[in-house]
Parts: sequence; structure tokens; C-alpha cells
Amino acid sequence: MSFNGKMVRKKDLTFWQRIYLPEILKGMRLTIAQIFRPKFTHNFPEERFKPPASFRGRPVLVEENGVERCVACGLCSRVCPALAIEVQASETSLEKERYPIKFEINMVRCIFCGFCEEVCPEEAIVMSQDYLLVFNNQEEAVFGKDKLLVPAEKLSDRLEFLRQHR
Amino acid sequence: MTLWISLIQIVVVVGVLLFVVTNVAYLERRISAFMQNRVGPNRVGPFGLLQMPADVVKLLMKEDIVPKNATKAIHDLAPIISIGVALSTFAVIPFGDTIELFGMQIRLLIADVNIGILYLLAITSLGVYGVTLAGWSSNNKYSLLGGLRSSAQLISYELSMGLSIIGVLMISETLRLDQIVHKQAGYFWGWFPAWNIFLQPVAFIIFLVTAFAETNRLPFDLPEAEPELVGGYHTEYSGLKWGMFMLAEYANMIASSAVITSLFLGGWHFPYIELFGLSPFVTSLLQILAFCVKVSIVVLVFIVIRWTLPRFRYDQLMNLGWKVMLPISLVNVLVTGLVMLLFS
Repeated sequence: MSFNGKMVRKKDLTFWQRIYLPEILKGMRLTIAQIFRPKFTHNFPEERFKPPASFRGRPVLVEENGVERCVACGLCSRVCPALAIEVQASETSLEKERYPIKFEINMVRCIFCGFCEEVCPEEAIVMSQDYLLVFNNQEEAVFGKDKLLVPAEKLSDRLEFLRQHR
Repeated sequence: MTLWISLIQIVVVVGVLLFVVTNVAYLERRISAFMQNRVGPNRVGPFGLLQMPADVVKLLMKEDIVPKNATKAIHDLAPIISIGVALSTFAVIPFGDTIELFGMQIRLLIADVNIGILYLLAITSLGVYGVTLAGWSSNNKYSLLGGLRSSAQLISYELSMGLSIIGVLMISETLRLDQIVHKQAGYFWGWFPAWNIFLQPVAFIIFLVTAFAETNRLPFDLPEAEPELVGGYHTEYSGLKWGMFMLAEYANMIASSAVITSLFLGGWHFPYIELFGLSPFVTSLLQILAFCVKVSIVVLVFIVIRWTLPRFRYDQLMNLGWKVMLPISLVNVLVTGLVMLLFS
């Protein structure tokens, strides 16, 4: 070791450590022991990673009793930093009076920030645990209501998480 | 007739060797993965066993890129030197005693030269030309540095390597590898295998360490040192030529293991085999098996060491070569001579 330009030798090495061969054997014992330890790897297509409730996967619309909770207020589309959401409102005879006749999320633009979920007054749009997103072209990446609507029972993890931590 | 036998032996040995080399590469990837708590290649074929054939096909199909300012002829020649040297080492390695096949006595040794060990030392020193020429002809500063390191490394370890063998030669009193193996046949005190590793432990350790340096394996893989030199001497190689360097590395590793086995681990001797009273043919087969097992154990040591130790710094290698291993091997020769003088 060099200290103030002078060579200072560390004194904490014993004779056997200086010889180095016993230390090599110790190291080999360690690496060989590792061979029999469990592996960290997920064998992906067969073994799927189950994300925790705090995971921000693809945003989905919560469907309750066959209708979406969304009242088409447009806040999500307003807050979206990537301008991925497009909402078109229309009237309905239900209690909520308004519903989105068209709700589209462009998944190529979406950055999974979760602002839409945070801003939604009806808890109607949430981030799901779905992370496998594949499209072959730009048109396919625009998810309409058919792909976005997910029954509330399937999102219970996330809804529970939101209630506890928000 | 002997020519034909030699040719058949060459074909068999090279064929087996090339097959084993690819599998050692697979084994290394798999074992290193396990050591890092990963899985390693397990997709192509059962347990990923077809990964290496797939890789070979991939290398064959790849474009062979030669840099614009490279010296084309030498750039082509370098991998051929490497692989040629790696394969020709096997010519003098005895992988078994004589075997009786179809009424003929066949010696399991391709070339029975009476200066086997000198041939080995000379040939393995040539291997560095492949690396150095590859580094120089690539016209790339990193490759050149790798090649230069390789030649400087050669000078500092080859001396100790030669001197460490001298102890073994003094005990065996011959330069023939098969004679050296024969000398290790007996037992100490009637039961302990009389292998040279027990007579020459210091020489064994020095030879093992220098073998790592010679094969450019990890504690001393300065010529390729990925973090410092990109890929070292084979940075500018691609496709089949790169594959030849890779093949040469693993073939060198197996060759060194075979030499260590022959010199120190009793070669093809299977301890206590004469007690079972087997027929000569079965005995020969078991002896070949014993040789293969010993070689595989040394190869495994090579692999485990690679994934255990960090790379030595350049000056550390030089220190080790000149200030530690050279004096120790000289003292080893002196002590061996003294002991032989006093006790014989």
C-alpha cells in the first residue's frame, strides 16, 4: 500500500495468508458450496413472476356489475404526461349519468407512472399486475374499452393496496 | 501397418478431443452459472446439452470480419497456429498402456518420441505465437497490448515451468512420458500409490500455477483481460476464427490437465487394479477410464479456480514468476538432487 509516497505493508496478513494457497482452497470451498444452493433464476415462460400489489403494471378500467366505474371526467387524460389517454364522454340513464363512450390508452405512449390512478376521483382506473404486453404494430397498441375493462374482483389486490396506502 | 494404426489413433484422439472440448465449454458455462446461483444454458436440448453444437453452427454461419488495416495473412494464420499447437500437444501424451486389439499389440500413444517432455515444452511455447501474432496483426491497440502481455507472461512463467519438471525428470531418469508414467506404478510401503505428486509436491504446485498462466486461464488471463483490454488479442476476430481461439483455449486446458496427470498423478494407473485379477483387455480399458477421470478432475479444478479467483495484476504476475516461483523451483531441484545423493 502506498501512503504519503512511502510503501507501507499491511501487517494484518498471517503467514498462511501470505502463502495464499490455503486461502485459494477456502475460496474454492465457498464457490463449490454455492453450486448446491437454490437458484435465483425464474424460468420465465414456465414460471411467471407474481408481482406484489404495489406493482404498476398496465392501467385498466375497473368494471363493477358489468359497467365501468368511470364517469368520463377526463382528469386522467388531462394529467397523463405522455398524452396516452383519450376519453370521449356520453350520457347514460344510470345513476352516474355520464360514461365514456370511447376510452383509449395508447400503450406505446404509456409510461406506467400511475398519475391517472392517483388523480381518478372514482377509483375507476388502476394499475394492474399485468406486465406482459406484446404488440406487432402501432394500431394494436391502442387499447380500447374491450381490452381495458377488468372486473373489480380480479383487481382486489390493487384496490385493497390503494385503500390502505393512499 | 504402424502408420495405419497411428492414423486411426490420430483420428480417434482428435475426434474425441473436439467432442470433449465443446462439452467442457458447456460444463464451464453450467458450473459457473451454478456458482453464481444462476441456471446457465438449459434451453437447447435436454439440460441445454445441445447448446454447444448450436453455438458451433452459429459460429460457422457468422461473417468473418477482418479489420481494414489488419495484416490479412497473419490475421488468418494466428488462429491456425493456436489450434494447431493445442492439438499437437496430444501427440506425446500416453492415455493408456498397450492394449491387445484384433491380435495386435497397440500402444496407446500417438508418437513415441524419446524426448517427449522437451517436445511438450517446445510446442506449448509456440502457442504464444498465435496469441502475439493475432494481437499484432489486428492493428488495434488493445489487441496489441494483449499480445505483448502474452509474450511477456510467457517469459516469466516458462522458466519455472521447465525447472519444476526437472525434479520429476531426476526421479524418473527419463524424458519419455510413458516411462515416467511407468515409474509411478509402484506403491510406497506396499499400499500408497507412488505418484510423483507425493514425491514432488512443490513441483506439482508450481507446474499447476504455470499451467494456468500457459493456458491463459483466469488468475492469469492477462492477454484477454476483458475489463481492461476489451477482448485482448481476439478483439478483432469473429466467426470461425474466433471459435478457433476458443477451441484452442479449451484444448490447451485439457492438454495441460493431461500433462499434469501424466507427470504427477500417475497417468493411466488405476491404483490396486492388479488385485482384482481382471483380463488384460478390461484392465487396459479401465486404465484409459482412470486417465480420463484424472484429467476431468484437473479440468474441474481449472474451472473452479477460474470462477473463484480474481485476475492478478500485471506486476503481481511478474513478481510471482521471477521472485517466488523461479527461486522455489531452483531450490526444489537442489533439494531433490541432495536427497537423491544422500539416500541412493
